[in-house]
Amino acid sequence: MTAELPFRPRDWSVHPPYLTEAYRSTLRRSPSKALVPLRQTLSEITGPLYGHEAVAEIDADLLRNGAQGGEPIGQRIVVTGRVLDEEGRPVPDCLVEIWQANACGRYIHTADPHRAPLDPNFFGAGRFVTDSEGRYRFRTIRPGAYPWGNHDNAWRPAHIHFSLFGPSFVTRLVTQMYFPDDPLMEIDPIFNAIPDPAARRRLVAAFSLDVTEPATALGYVFDIVLRGRLATPRES
Amino acid sequence: MSRQTPSQTVGPYFAYALTPEAYGRRGIASPVLVSAATRGPRIRIEGRLLDGDSAPVADALIEIWQANAEGRYRHPADARQDKAIDQAFSGFGRTATDAQGLFRFETIKPGRVPGLGNALQAPHIGVIVFARGMNSHVYTRLYFGDEGAANAEDPVLSTVDPSRRGTLVAIRQEGSGTTTLYRFDICLQGTDETVFFDA
Repeated sequence: MTAELPFRPRDWSVHPPYLTEAYRSTLRRSPSKALVPLRQTLSEITGPLYGHEAVAEIDADLLRNGAQGGEPIGQRIVVTGRVLDEEGRPVPDCLVEIWQANACGRYIHTADPHRAPLDPNFFGAGRFVTDSEGRYRFRTIRPGAYPWGNHDNAWRPAHIHFSLFGPSFVTRLVTQMYFPDDPLMEIDPIFNAIPDPAARRRLVAAFSLDVTEPATALGYVFDIVLRGRLATPRES
Repeated sequence: MSRQTPSQTVGPYFAYALTPEAYGRRGIASPVLVSAATRGPRIRIEGRLLDGDSAPVADALIEIWQANAEGRYRHPADARQDKAIDQAFSGFGRTATDAQGLFRFETIKPGRVPGLGNALQAPHIGVIVFARGMNSHVYTRLYFGDEGAANAEDPVLSTVDPSRRGTLVAIRQEGSGTTTLYRFDICLQGTDETVFFDA
């Protein structure tokens, strides 16, 4: 039974290390001791599952799910892609949660100190449960860049936060999607926390004319690859 | 073979999306895993998340995953028919730390589940922590201080340096009434650094 096979290890050649000094808050929040290897048991190969009943259609439409009588300001976009595993197999029924700033680069979160205006018609969060092909699709607006206090004149590139579960607790992934041709990426300490340039590029969405809806919204494609399975069962 | 998508920090502003109760919305999970119909001994887990300066981490996301009171996971990979599923218990909880770095979960004490070689593991809860300043999440386990015998034979705890095993053990607080309270602090860095696993 595939469901009982353990997962391939986390690929530490692609994931950013815990300590990356250019991203200042990692200095006190990064573990200093080596991770202890843990051989997967039932506790690791199981995890929370969310079916389609967990989300409503409007959860995927950030143009509508925060609207109060109007439409959000900004470049309208469709963001779509597939959640796959390392073997290229689709991950169906995967809960995908996203959140982002508005077109001015302002978050609705009360702790955001940026003095750019809030958009009364934009909340900035969404959810989707992938279909049988592992596909998700959101409608939203392109977020603006925003300033942060990491260093002098620091700006985060435009990005959308993604949170995914996958088939088990250990396939859990939180990441960020970036936009092509954004000059802020190559000087961003969070993006550059990923040491391998090819791995960094996989966080950049691809503009797609096929996904673009005429006279309506630009289209972007962003696939996400989660841990795959090992071929042999756990020692039983 | 494709390569895994790299992790990025959850950042400081996840709460309105992932733990949105303060914004008038319902999240997909909460720190309360029990309802009146849930079977098993009620417990509360409280703790603080601290950084390398022992300062509270006030903007973290903490998630837990556990078996039900009988020791069955609500997931197809756990197909053991001799242990019943509890329809009133999913096993997953999610919360954000408060301004003091405090987190709290209300759940039941999980039953023991088999590990490798079918040896029983001690009762435990899987814990994941995300925060600003963390490029990737950390993964750990919470064991129970009043399960000394089971802990002594737990196959995962046995792989941990004995001087660090204590960081994984939640301490029972006395006098807590019908709901047993366990204290479990998590230290991201430093002399009391919690053991984190590569699972």
